[in-house]
Amino acid sequence: MQELIKAKAIELLESGAVDRVLGWKAGEFFYDLTPAVFTSAAEVERDFVYSVFSGANFSKYLIAESRKEGKVAAFLKPCDTYSFNQLLKEHRIWRDRVHVVGIACDGMCDIDKIRAAGARGVTAVERDGETLRISTLYGERTMAKADAEAERCVHCKSRKLVAYDEKLGEDGEVIADSGRFDQVAQLEAMTPDERYAFWRGELSRCIRCNACRDVCPACSCEKCVFDNPKSGIAQKAAANSFEESLFHIIRAFHVASRCTDCGECSRVCPQKIPLHLLNRKFIKDIDELYGDYQAGADLETKPPLMAFTTDDCEPSVVYERGGKQG
Amino acid sequence: MNLRKDPLIPMVGVVTDIRTDTPDVKTFRVVGLDGKKPFTHIPGQCAMLSMPGVGEALFSITSSPTNLDYLEFSIKKCGCVTTWLHEITPGQQITLRGPYGNGFPVDTELRGKDLLIIAGGIGLAPVRSVINYVRANRQNYGSLDIVYGSRSKEDLVDYQEILDEWCREDGIQVHLTIDREQEGWDGHVGFVPNYVKELNFDTSKTVVMCGPPIMIKFTLAGLLELGFSREQVYTTFELRMKCALGKCGRCNIGDKYVCKDGPVFRLDQMTQLPDEY
Amino acid sequence: MKQLPIARLPELFAAMAAGRTLYIPADDGGQARFLPYRDGMEMTRALNTVRSAKDLFFPQTENLVGFQVRGREIALEETRDEVEPFVVFGVRACDAASFRILDTVFLAEPADTFYQTRRACGTVVTLACGQPEETCFCTAFGIDPAEPGGDAACWMDGETLYLRANTEKGAQLLDSLPLLEEAGDDAPGTAQAAIRAVAERLPLGKLDLTGFDGAHLMEKFNHPAWAKLSESCLGCGTCTFVCPTCQCYDIRDFDTGRGVRRFRCWDSCMYSDFTMMAHGTNRPTQLERFRQRFMHKLVYYPADHDGVYGCVGCGRCLTRCPISMNIVKVAKTLGEETT
Repeated sequence: MQELIKAKAIELLESGAVDRVLGWKAGEFFYDLTPAVFTSAAEVERDFVYSVFSGANFSKYLIAESRKEGKVAAFLKPCDTYSFNQLLKEHRIWRDRVHVVGIACDGMCDIDKIRAAGARGVTAVERDGETLRISTLYGERTMAKADAEAERCVHCKSRKLVAYDEKLGEDGEVIADSGRFDQVAQLEAMTPDERYAFWRGELSRCIRCNACRDVCPACSCEKCVFDNPKSGIAQKAAANSFEESLFHIIRAFHVASRCTDCGECSRVCPQKIPLHLLNRKFIKDIDELYGDYQAGADLETKPPLMAFTTDDCEPSVVYERGGKQG
Repeated sequence: MNLRKDPLIPMVGVVTDIRTDTPDVKTFRVVGLDGKKPFTHIPGQCAMLSMPGVGEALFSITSSPTNLDYLEFSIKKCGCVTTWLHEITPGQQITLRGPYGNGFPVDTELRGKDLLIIAGGIGLAPVRSVINYVRANRQNYGSLDIVYGSRSKEDLVDYQEILDEWCREDGIQVHLTIDREQEGWDGHVGFVPNYVKELNFDTSKTVVMCGPPIMIKFTLAGLLELGFSREQVYTTFELRMKCALGKCGRCNIGDKYVCKDGPVFRLDQMTQLPDEY
Repeated sequence: MKQLPIARLPELFAAMAAGRTLYIPADDGGQARFLPYRDGMEMTRALNTVRSAKDLFFPQTENLVGFQVRGREIALEETRDEVEPFVVFGVRACDAASFRILDTVFLAEPADTFYQTRRACGTVVTLACGQPEETCFCTAFGIDPAEPGGDAACWMDGETLYLRANTEKGAQLLDSLPLLEEAGDDAPGTAQAAIRAVAERLPLGKLDLTGFDGAHLMEKFNHPAWAKLSESCLGCGTCTFVCPTCQCYDIRDFDTGRGVRRFRCWDSCMYSDFTMMAHGTNRPTQLERFRQRFMHKLVYYPADHDGVYGCVGCGRCLTRCPISMNIVKVAKTLGEETT
């Protein structure tokens, strides 16, 4: 796949079809790929990498990239194309300045899962079919690729490319039984106290670096309300130990029905807080209250929380759905 | 109360007098709770003023060290703290800490020199301290030329003091200018950089300059054209600051902290610094 | 030199925690951090904590002073947290070295008394790194992971923990722990040799920093590579917040309804509002903000501090940056064309 993608990038640049290509640039190791703009075939040859660590979703970069002169090509994985569609729907990307190459994906890996499995000093990982061959400062080992897959890929919602100008490889289908709401259901089954304790434990690790917000394709405000000193809520410090939770809950509300569940928030969190679960709770609720809806699946359907129909549930649903209090 | 000291913990002071200088500049007179001047300073140094709940900000001390009774701050209304200050009345308490920064080298490098002070708009605030210090120690300095410009006559800060004191004193040449023609103004009209070039000063003078970045840039170009060197020119900078102690990192440029290594720099030193001011 | 069987670590922790707070690196929801020791708490298996030991001396948020405003009058009130003596165990050589950098900032006249108090109350017990990660590059800054520093240092060798006091404070701590047994001065020699052998093989351990000095300040600042290096930076604060040497802070007021609290909190030069003033900012794009962070660590700080770098090679930014951009990539890229 990497060779196909690199060849395509070079072809697009050399034919003059695009001026720039958004891709993943090689790092110090095999896993630390950095999103980068390539402008020449030589750069692509030297630095372009597509591997199981090409997790970064480029859709949000296209907001700024599509505002520059000329045309940019972006390689988007299936889940990235949902974010892309959603941003198009919100008129954030100039479509005619972007050439989307959809690429098939069979799941990205998470270096932290490899480390958690006990590998220390990991200096190289090679994929050999369904096995990862791992070199470390302290010896060689292998690991099933499936065991190293990122959580969002384990529960992949769709292998289908929903937006592209051309595609490389054969994409798959929407995965109905992804199991992505299983953990949400487990949280719903908890008592309010248990659930509160769970979130309090997770969110207490937040260092308020804003990486989740800054990477989120649904967080595309020019100026975030939390960065606006005049908003009165721009405090960089928490007044109490639960304040960080409010930041994350408010953010989840802001992106509800626009979040495509791309999982970037959890991928980038330096404290590995499972932020995607907050978003999935909203997605699950929206599915249950307004009928199945997948943000970014197409360009036409209106997000349930941005459209009004007389069939919409009443606010009283909060009480009707109940949940044990106290 | 028994409060443990820290350089970040301010003292409480009182604003005893407020003078309206221009439509958007007021000058505040500040003393300590004991009615005395809170601290001594060097011309060009700054102090942190704050109103709890509103914020804290750094201001040039505009009064001269030779004034033994109080500190004065000429403040233009532009942000949160300044807007609040513009609404208060005498008797209001504020907090202050300082003095901060290096100040102008009035007792060393400027001593014995013919001085040319150039200011634009609210840029007069830090150099007014220099001017009045020089006036009070006249024997230590050569000639004193002041070029001061503003948008209009109404925007000239300390206009009354300029007319009543500076203009009437021997050995001081005051050159005022405003940006556009105005009724009731028979002085010079034009921007400061051009006026400085027109005045064609002797290049033996030492220059102290403060004003908006654009004025500094063009005036410096003009001075260099006249034959001045960067080593003869001092200016003072304003960047966002929080601690004013060289610790919070905000005003770091190159290997300097503007709050502690500045805010006064000689322009040849500036060429060694990244252009981020 | 003292020693103790590693199996007796819980007893050592209990003794260190008697009458004061002991912090050890332990897992919190799967992520390592310095936590107050409780009976039964185990050390993390992770090499290092997500947040550095800096947090215990320069917390993310702390109260500076309080104000009571009545009419036009202002009264100050004490809001400082009382700091009691504490011990932090398991600090790595990199974090221990970071205190030298933090000290030059906070203890320079006029000293920051909040930091100064915590430094005076804290005893730092370091732990040599048996198995460094590939992201470690402390050796590039002259730090020896086999001599981790601090008030007292520890080494693990097989079944034995060796402890040695480096300062008066460290000696007092070790002397107060009767369960420690005497050991020969060169007892951790084997462990040290093993650590140095691994350190020699660290892929980034010999990072070349030639040309990162005051003499090349403008050359580095004006380097054309900054645009490429910064182009995908998200502008988040991850690198600054996990960094053991980043010390920029903000001061803000918070109206509690029962008085105003003036507090300080970590800030990040990566944030767009860091240098924002009423009339604008001198660093308008992420390029300038990104450049500031790395120039500060690799050029400005050494130019101002006899060549000592503002980085200790802990590797946290390498593992945590959302886009995997980091100081190593910056140093290598800018170093390529040093004259």
